[in-house]
Amino acid sequence: MYRATGELDVTFKVLYCGICHSDLHFIKNEWGNASYPAIPGHEIVGVVTEVGNKVQNFKVGDKVGVGCMVGACHSCDSCGKNLENYCPKVLLTYGSTYYDGTPTYGGYSDLMVVNEHFAVRIPEDMALDATAPLLCAGITVYSPLKYFELDKPGLHIGVVGLGGLGHMAVKFAKAFGAQVTVISTSPNKKEEAVNRLGADFFMVSRDPQQLQAAVGTMDGIIDTVSAAHPLLPLIALLKTHGKLVMVGAPDRPLELPIFPLLMGRKIVAGSCIGGMKETQEMIDFAAKNDIKADIEVVPMDYVNTAMERLLKADVRYRFVLDIGNTMKDD
Amino acid sequence: MAKSAVEEHEHTQKAFGFAATDSSGFLSPFHFFRRENGAEDVTIQIKYCGVCHSDLHCVKNEWGFTRYPIVPGHEIVGEVTKVGNNVEKFKVGECVGVGVMVGSCGMCELCGQDLENYCSDMVFTYNARDKDGSRTYGGYSDMIVVNQRFVVNIPDNLPPDAAAPLLCAGITVYSPMKYYGMAMSGKHLGVSGLGGLGHIAIKFGKAFGLKVTVISTSPQKEDEAVNKLGADCFLVSTDAAKMKAAMGTMDFIIDTISVVHNLAPLLDLLRANGKLITVGLPEKPLELSVFPLVLGRKMVGGSYIGGMKEAQEMLDFCGKHNITADIELIKMDYINTAFERLAKSDVRYRFVIDVANSISACKM
Repeated sequence: MYRATGELDVTFKVLYCGICHSDLHFIKNEWGNASYPAIPGHEIVGVVTEVGNKVQNFKVGDKVGVGCMVGACHSCDSCGKNLENYCPKVLLTYGSTYYDGTPTYGGYSDLMVVNEHFAVRIPEDMALDATAPLLCAGITVYSPLKYFELDKPGLHIGVVGLGGLGHMAVKFAKAFGAQVTVISTSPNKKEEAVNRLGADFFMVSRDPQQLQAAVGTMDGIIDTVSAAHPLLPLIALLKTHGKLVMVGAPDRPLELPIFPLLMGRKIVAGSCIGGMKETQEMIDFAAKNDIKADIEVVPMDYVNTAMERLLKADVRYRFVLDIGNTMKDD
Repeated sequence: MAKSAVEEHEHTQKAFGFAATDSSGFLSPFHFFRRENGAEDVTIQIKYCGVCHSDLHCVKNEWGFTRYPIVPGHEIVGEVTKVGNNVEKFKVGECVGVGVMVGSCGMCELCGQDLENYCSDMVFTYNARDKDGSRTYGGYSDMIVVNQRFVVNIPDNLPPDAAAPLLCAGITVYSPMKYYGMAMSGKHLGVSGLGGLGHIAIKFGKAFGLKVTVISTSPQKEDEAVNKLGADCFLVSTDAAKMKAAMGTMDFIIDTISVVHNLAPLLDLLRANGKLITVGLPEKPLELSVFPLVLGRKMVGGSYIGGMKEAQEMLDFCGKHNITADIELIKMDYINTAFERLAKSDVRYRFVIDVANSISACKM
């Protein structure tokens, strides 16, 4: 099932794996790239059991994490800028074909072998279970907050959607010193958003009065919502020169109103996970600022129920599979 | 019989122009008044006025906010005939230009950054309410009175008729090319749409040292684009094979198309981290596929004309590089025919009204 540890590989025992909504899309073949058996999971943490003889950055016993990628070309422009995530030949942790011709299998498994380039070190004092979701959800929001310069203290950042990605965006934005407004369709999330996650404000996106009151107040918005939704009210919330960054990807085209974009010199951009260098940087930042995901740890045999609940957004805010303790060889 | 405006305010300088009075957009002679030249003002005898596609959208009320009668025209070049006591930058007899704005609040953060175009109280050259409450009338007229902040100098070496379109088309493409970091020699710029905006974008692109590819629906424009305007390549957007071959090759695209069109094929032409900057103003929203944006960290940005400081910078740049528009000079009374041709993109690449030499003949 797994390749032997190559000279640049790190083999590790998987302890925890976060359940990302992408896992669900994948196993249902919603993107058309599943070949069965399909093993998802790309928020993986574990402990190193073996290292190849040319591995420089890891040793047995280290805590490591693996996210969404396990390979890239290392010769294109994007790779040259440590942006393996934008490499046209990027290999995904699951659903791709590795260089040896085998399919890549993800973290819902007991062990993994990964090229050391695609592993990150988890500092000793981080809680492993609550760190797992950082490997996808964390980097997915951290990267655009940095790249689009939304990490400066005093900025007003909006976060659309309060799920796995959204709750991480609130935490990182607060750690960067931003004032944060959560924009959600569910009024019942307000209490948690403000009292537990630390958001400064909460706005119900379908309430025209609340939207009107906040027009032109935000420097940036991180939009984590994958369902189709109107962009016009979000663009209106931006100040002049504001940036709307999409990290969820609706499967239908959205309407893009042009006048407000032009008249305020605003942008709508996308962002997809992050490069390996910045993933390590994000983990180190999270360690320093005590940022972890809010999770519900579940045993491996709960996974199908977890997926059903995930479909209904019934989780605060990430399931994490306790693989180390509950993955049994039947 | 020419129509006269009802004078609401103390405007006493007689003016004559062409106005549309309903959404047919048909322009006809129109007598009206301009304010007296104040301490901060410059009075300009209009020599030339470019015909911008926005003029056409407005006279037909395609954007829904036109108030009639409307005198369009915001690519104005003329000669200074009066200056107010506080005006030092301009002298009688000088050749000057006026673009899309004639006022702003002057006090907000954006005005402070020389970005009057993004001021929430910005006053358009036509079809707007000026600070004294009067309606603004544009450059399809014999004279205009403008606050000095909104007047620019036209470099001596530029022919004034061919310089007129720079006041809107020029600044509209120059500003985003600077702001979004496109003025980087060696990068690859796509110019979508080859009309008034597009042809000037090619010229600026080449002056910035970029490789320029034109993306157009009209194969017959290729020869001119490459041999006359200096574009390096030409892509017919309906040629699926060529579009596919060009995928992921462009660093930036300036999208000048002002009708509803599909953004997805343009986004595919961008490399990772590429920028599509839209400067056209279609009357309905466009469709945006988010997946390609996310997968390549691409962006769609807007830009709207430019501030006054950069408008002067743009004109000085044009003076240095001898850049002007390619124009067809027309008489004032040709304007309705010009609009019909413009609607069919039948112009290479901007009509310019020879106002001073033809408007008087239309008075009745």
